[in-house]
Parts: sequence; C-alpha cells; structure tokens
Amino acid sequence: MTTSINYEDKIPNNVDLSSDRGLQRALEGWQPKFMNWWGEMGPALETHGVYLRTAVSVGRDGWAHFDHVNVPDYRWGIFLAEPKPDRRIAFGEHKGQPVWQQVPGEYRADLQRLIVIQGDTEPASVEQQKLLGLTAPSLYDLRNLFQVNVEEGRHLWAMVYLLHAYFGREGREEAEALLVRNSGSPDSPRILGAFNEETADWLAFYMFTYFTDRDGKYQLGTLKESAFDPLSRTCEFMLKEEAHHMFVGTTGVDRVVARSAQLIREHDTLDIAKHGGIPLDIIQKYINFHYTVSLDLFGSETSTNAANYFTAGLKGRWMEERRKDDHQLTEHGIPLQRPNADGTWTNDELSALLALNLDLRGEYITDCQSGIKRWNKILAEAEIGFTFALPHVGFNRQVGMHSGFHITPDGSIVDAGSWREAAGKWLPTSEDLAFVRSLMHPVYEPGKIASWVAPPTNGINGKPFDYEYVYFH
Amino acid sequence: MDVSFDAHPSTYRHWKTRIEGVIAWLVLDVDETGGIVPGYELKLNSYDLGVDIELYDATQRLRFEHPEVRVVVLTSGKDKVFCAGANIRMLAASTHEWKVNFCKFTNETRNAMEDSAGQAYLAAVNGSCAGGGYELALACEHILLVDDNSSAVSLPEVPLLGVLPGTGGLTRVVDKRRVRKDLADVFATRPDGVKGKTALRWRLVDELAQPRRFEEATRARAAELAARSTRPRDARGVELTPLDRDITADGIRYEHVTAEYDQATSAVTITVRAPRTPAPAALSGLDASFWPLAVTRELDDLILRLRTNQPTLGTWILRTSGDAELLDGYEKLLAGHRHHWLADEILRYHKRVLKRLDVTSRSLIAVIEPDSCCAGMLAELAFAADRQYMLDGPPVGDEDSPARASITLTDANFGLLPMGNGISRLESRFYGHTDHVEWLRKETGRPLSPAEADELGLVTDIPDDIDWADEIRIAIEGRAALSPDACTGLEANLRFAGPETTETRIFGRLSAWQNWIFNRPNASGDEGALRRYGTGQKAIFDRKRV
Repeated sequence: MTTSINYEDKIPNNVDLSSDRGLQRALEGWQPKFMNWWGEMGPALETHGVYLRTAVSVGRDGWAHFDHVNVPDYRWGIFLAEPKPDRRIAFGEHKGQPVWQQVPGEYRADLQRLIVIQGDTEPASVEQQKLLGLTAPSLYDLRNLFQVNVEEGRHLWAMVYLLHAYFGREGREEAEALLVRNSGSPDSPRILGAFNEETADWLAFYMFTYFTDRDGKYQLGTLKESAFDPLSRTCEFMLKEEAHHMFVGTTGVDRVVARSAQLIREHDTLDIAKHGGIPLDIIQKYINFHYTVSLDLFGSETSTNAANYFTAGLKGRWMEERRKDDHQLTEHGIPLQRPNADGTWTNDELSALLALNLDLRGEYITDCQSGIKRWNKILAEAEIGFTFALPHVGFNRQVGMHSGFHITPDGSIVDAGSWREAAGKWLPTSEDLAFVRSLMHPVYEPGKIASWVAPPTNGINGKPFDYEYVYFH
Repeated sequence: MDVSFDAHPSTYRHWKTRIEGVIAWLVLDVDETGGIVPGYELKLNSYDLGVDIELYDATQRLRFEHPEVRVVVLTSGKDKVFCAGANIRMLAASTHEWKVNFCKFTNETRNAMEDSAGQAYLAAVNGSCAGGGYELALACEHILLVDDNSSAVSLPEVPLLGVLPGTGGLTRVVDKRRVRKDLADVFATRPDGVKGKTALRWRLVDELAQPRRFEEATRARAAELAARSTRPRDARGVELTPLDRDITADGIRYEHVTAEYDQATSAVTITVRAPRTPAPAALSGLDASFWPLAVTRELDDLILRLRTNQPTLGTWILRTSGDAELLDGYEKLLAGHRHHWLADEILRYHKRVLKRLDVTSRSLIAVIEPDSCCAGMLAELAFAADRQYMLDGPPVGDEDSPARASITLTDANFGLLPMGNGISRLESRFYGHTDHVEWLRKETGRPLSPAEADELGLVTDIPDDIDWADEIRIAIEGRAALSPDACTGLEANLRFAGPETTETRIFGRLSAWQNWIFNRPNASGDEGALRRYGTGQKAIFDRKRV
C-alpha cells in the first residue's frame, strides 16, 4: 500500500511514482507546462508567503500541514485515498464484480470524457478568480482564496494523473489541452458554460464557492462511486479538499449576512447601501443567480449519457452504497413536474435510469437549503423580518426542460415580456453589480476588514484573525 | 401518410439559405419539433427525411435558379454543433423499409452534391460533427473544422449503435479522402471521434481555423474555390416552379409522365412521353417547362414518391410514347451545347435520375410497343430495366396498322448518361464485349426493327401480337410470385456489372451490409443497440461472428 505522501520526489505523490519511470517522465514533462499556466492564469496579486495547508497523508487524521508558502512553490501532487480491500462494484450491470484497477477498453472513451470534463472545471475556477486577490477584504480572506486556488490546481493534477497513467498518448494530449483551454477565451473556452463566466467580486466568490463548488462536490461524489477504482480513490481525496472550499462559501455568506444584519440594527433601516453594507435584497439576487447557474451544471432532466454511465458502472448516484434499491434501476420510475406552454404544470413519470441527473440535483437542492436556513437564522437572531429563499427550480434556467420557459422564482410560468420586466427584482442588475464592485477595496492590514463583511469567528488552524496570514515582503 | 418531396425555401423549417454573390450559404438550423413524422425530437441538428428533402430542394435550386453561384458553404446555425447525423430515435422507431429508403435518398443527395457542375461544396464545420453530420461534410470538396480544442468529427455508429455509418462514411474516408485503413478503423470505433490537429493529420479534415478566425477562413477558402469555377457570370437562372400533378388512388399524372397502379399484380405502369413540340433553336430564355428539364423533374418526383409511398408495388413497367424525331431535336440541342451551363445541368440531372432508377429496389420491366419512343435518352429507361420486351408485329388489337416497334440508338446511349459504375448502360449490358459495343455504335441513328434489336442483344424477347398479352402478363405475375427480398438482391447484383466506383461501393457493398445489419438482433432486436440506445441500458450482443 502506498498511503504516505512522498515529498522527496519532484512530484509529491502517494502512488509510488518513482517505480514507474515512464509515467514519472510524462508527468515531469507536464509539470513545467502547468507552472507556465499558473504563471499566466493564476492569481494576479503577488505575495511572499501565504499560510497554506498542504496534505501530508491521506488518512483520517492529521493529513494537513500548515505553513507560509510562496504560492507558485506550492507542492502540487498526486494523492489518492487509501484503497479499500476487496471493493466491489455497487451498481449497474457489473454490480458485485471486483472494481477495476485498469480502464476496460469498452469504456475507455466514456471514462476519458468524464475525466476531461471534470478536469476542465478545476483550473477554470482559478482563471475565473485571477483578479480577486486585488480586492480581498482581509488577509484571512486572501489566504482562503489562495488555498482554494492551489487546491483547484491540485484537483487538476488529480485528473491529469489519471489521464497520464491510464489513457496513453491520447490521455497526455488531453492533459495538455486542459491548459490550452481557458475560461472565457473566445477561441478555446472551457467546456461548460458556467466556467466561462467571470467571478467579479467577493460576494460572487462566496456564492460561487457555496453553490458552484457544491455542484463539484456532488459530481465528485458520483465519480467516487465509480467502478474504476483509481478514479474513485482520487475523487474521495478531492472531496476532503473540496469541503474547505464550501466552508469558505458558507462562512463567507454568513459573514456578509451578519455584517448586513449588524448595519440594519445600527441604522434601523434595510437600506444599508449608503452605510457600506450589502442590502439583503441584493444578497437574495446573488443567491438566485448563482444557484440557478449551478443547477444548469447538472444537465438535462433526462440524460442518456448519465444512464449509460450508470449502467456501465462509471458514475453512480450520491451515496450509492447507502441506498436501498436494486442499484440497476431498469424497472423504476420517478415523478417529474414539467412546464407547459399554457402556464400549467404536468406531472410525469420518468424512467429512474434516465433521470439520474434529476436525482443528483435533488440531493444538491436539499443541501443548498441548509445554507438558506443558516443565513435566515442569523437574521432571526438579529430580529430582522426578512428571509432568504431558494427560487423555484425552473427559474432562470438555460439547460433542460425549463429553458425556453419564463418561470418566476415562485414557480409561475409567465410570458417573456413580464419576465424581462421583473427580472431586475430577481437577478442582480448592472447597478447592483456596480454597487457591490464599488465596495471592493483591498484590506491587507492584519486584523482589519472591509466595511461590508464581518470578521470570521475563528481563524485558520487555531490562529487568531489578526494573524499575518499573507506576507507581502 | 403520403410523403411529399415538394419544398420551397419560403417554407423550409430546417435550413436557411442566403446568397452573397458567387457564394451560397446553406445553414442547417433544425427545428427540433419539425420531424416529418411524430414521435421524436430532432435534437442537436440531427436530421430525418424531411430535413433532407429540404436539402435536396436547396441544392437543386442552387443549380438551376442560381447559375452565378460557384461555391456552396454548408454550415450550422447552432452553437457548438454542426450536425449530429440521422436522428437515432427516428431510426429506432422506423420500419426497415423506411430506414433503407431514407438512407438511399440521403445517399443520392450526397452523391449529387459531389456531381457538381462548377458549384463546389465547402463544409464549414463550426461545432461537433458526428455520424451522418460528418458524412455530410465528407460529401463536400473541402472540410474546414473549427479548432476550439473541443469540436470533433466522428463516426460513432459502430460503437454506439451497432450499425454502420450509412451514408458512405466508411467508403469516402478511405476512397475519397485516402485515410489509411488502420486509422479509419480506429476512427470508426471511437465513439468520441477525433478533433483538431489529429483530424487534420489523419486527413479527416482539410483545414483548421480558430473560432475567431473561422468565418474569415471560410470566406477565404470559398473565394479560392470560386476562382476555380467555370460557372457563367451573367446567366439568368431557371426558376423551378411547382410541379403540376394529379394524384388519385389509382396513380399519378404529370404533364409528361404518368403512373397507373395495379394492386392485383403489385405493379405500376410508368409512361414517359417524348416532347410534343420541336426543340427551340437556342438555350436562352427557357423556363422550367423546357421538356428535358420538365420530364426529368417529373420522373424524379415519381420515383421518389413510388419508392416511399408505394412499397408494395414491386414491379415497375416502363413505357415510352411519342415522336422520336422531336426527341432527337432536343437531344442534339443539349449535346451540341454541352458546355453551356444549363445543358450541362440538365444532362447531369437526367443522369442522376436514371441512377436513381438503377438503384431502385423494384423489378424494372421495359415494354416497347409500336407507339413507344425508345430512342436515345428515352431508350436508357429500357436499358436501365432488368428485362426488355419488344412487340414484333402490329399494335395489339389493330392488325391492319403498319406501325411497328423500334429502337433507335444515339450518342446519348454511349456515355452521355453513365451509370454509377462510370460506364454506359450498354457497356454494362455487354460488359467484357467491347467489340459488341463497337458494333452497336455503328448502328446508331436509324430505327432498329424487333428482329434487329433481338439480334443485337438489346431486348430480352420479341413476342408477336398473338402472344404479347400473355407473355407480358406471365412476366409480371411471375415476378409478383417471387420473394421481394430475393428479387432486390438478384437485381442489385445483376445491374452493376463491371468496374466498382466509390458510388457503387456505397450503394452496393455498404447498403448490402447495412441492410443485413439492420435486420440483425444485435442492432434491431429487443436488446439490440438501436432499440436500447437512449434507454441507459446496454445492448446485449450475440458474440458469434458470422
């Protein structure tokens, strides 16, 4: 077993890389290209040491080590979760058979596609967040941004490792293409639409890490069930890192809401814009936008691809092994509400196998509700009569059966004109975005924080909030 | 439901056409809800027969109505998708004969695109291009692929559907584009296809352009192709006005062509009439009523309708009627102006319609009687047939008439209207007997009597007026008693003697294999790949190789 991480190698790893000279050479060939990419597309703000977490082992405890690291010197590497002895395929037509340690020829193209799409999203968020360091509200937040960035970079490494180790020359070409495509590039954009949008301000960053990274969590969760064991183990470890990104999102929004609540109480008005806070209705509009864009990432309600992946054992359901059914789904059906042109909704029954995207999206929505509950609790404790809500699942959708309909946040189907007229009440307007951007002034002094967000209740790794998380000299 | 092949740009649902000087743009933007029959959605710019009927109409109009057009740019109006090929749910839900007919028609349209008289096709592949979508690009002279690091060309039929690329994909990859067979094998077994530089290196595409340069590169290539064309700069086109036809339960009547059904014998009698008026002196100022164009359009429409809407009428009895001299006037006008764009287009069109007849899976029996006009280009109908019966005697029921059947060979029978195998119908008929063909050439320009035609091997039999009715009846009834499948195979084998070409390989080998595969349980059984496609369940294959 190869569980402890070897930091002696040029590429840190726990896969015994030095015993596979060919693979090692391939990855060492890719490494400088990655560094070039990081130099060009990584954080724009120059720093001299950020208090970062680095994995030291993949086991249950003590896997993280904290120290100040010059960001480009971060030791990106290849870390797989510990193998489970006698792991068996949990679903699909190969259910009960031993998991695969090699890619079956039959599924080579599909697996490669899944890994490339997942891999393409990881560096995309680094590119989307390139400029955020220039407007960080505190050193604590700046440090979190860079932590998220380096871990996204590491997740790219995770996917690249799989491509190099298991997919031959084509895998290496795909690994290189992951660096050639860039978020928002007109000639070579990222594969999924949401990853070509820019993350222009810190509220958007918190929302992105809450909603969009949470989509990532669910996608990784389904790949963790994969019969292809190296993919499963890679994703399992990525999920541990991903948890921190969502922590940044959850507590980030917490702190914005807490600060707004504080300003509302202080000035006894919901209109806190002039006092340097973000009004609750703008926060709600951000929730509406980021939530709906993230829902699009789950794809269409019915998906032949998802069904094929499931049957083949490539991609399972969330918590597949804990579910109590036959794990084949050829005979099952699930209900679905479908919008009609006349403004009504129809109840349909769908084949469960074809509705796997819907299943995963359902899990995701339930999870998103917990954030709303948290944020409402903050408002309730401050005795403010305002509550946040997730909009209807059909609101503002570009993908799937709701696209082409104009659905309000409360689920009414209206005509295009009425929808457009009211859109400014539901989604951030250009004035809202300009206002939030006007608050984005960098605060690089230890212990200080911007006007629009509350300080965190705890620092990192037991350090206080005023700890010098980032060195500039 | 009867399928109509009528279309007009003003009513297209799936194509947008635009003409900019010498360049025509054919933009595929499929209306998902516009399937020709209900039951499926045309997602991702996938096509069905209805989409292809419009494409065929568009290509025909470009040829005849727009002589100024030198390049046709085929591209997609959708973001990131060029064309996903034939719609799979449509294929899975279709009957066997519908699938085969559909494939035949799409193949004929692709072949016609390649038979371009100075109108070169340029595929501007601006997104993913799969299966029939790539086959559409393959039918173009030049393939320009967008190099955005994700758009690929692919032929995923074998790995995803358990069938073959049915529109000449395999054949064109190796025959036309000269892709190495091992690379073609890799390509055709990968569901995800090949993109960018590899596609270029393997010769699957001709050129790459980045998204921001794509339109510019398309225009530059179009301009270059246009510069090579011989199309006239200032000619006036001929508008393809709607065909005048009368459809009843018993047949279809056009101005020059009629079809009469006889359900009892599963036969249809098709009569093609020679022109009634002399040919004009020149090719200027003509419209769609010009006999060679009009008769070709009517015959084309009839063949398509009979093939699609009357699948049980298994025997087509081909007749002609009219004045051979008037016909000859038209032939001389066309042959004498072969370099005139309109004459060239009409001859090519007529050639393609005769090819449609050659590949039609119906028993073709030519009947030559005293009132027939079995001469030159109309005699090709007889030579396209599986058998020819010529009446040796007066017209049936008119013993005193001096009229006798005759066949007149002209230059039109010696290479003006070649078959898909690249040689004339007479050369195919006497394949390997060049001296015989030379002998026939010496007999051109005069009416040959039944006895002479028999001696020259131009007809199967020459019954006299006493036996005629019985002989013809027995021939037709005999045909109706045979297995239609066996007849299809028999005829297809016998019709194409001689050399193989890309076209015969597509229609012969490919169709034969596809026909077989379409009937195999691995593709169309309850657990077959076509049936299981889209359900998320995997096909179950019988692992025996046959």
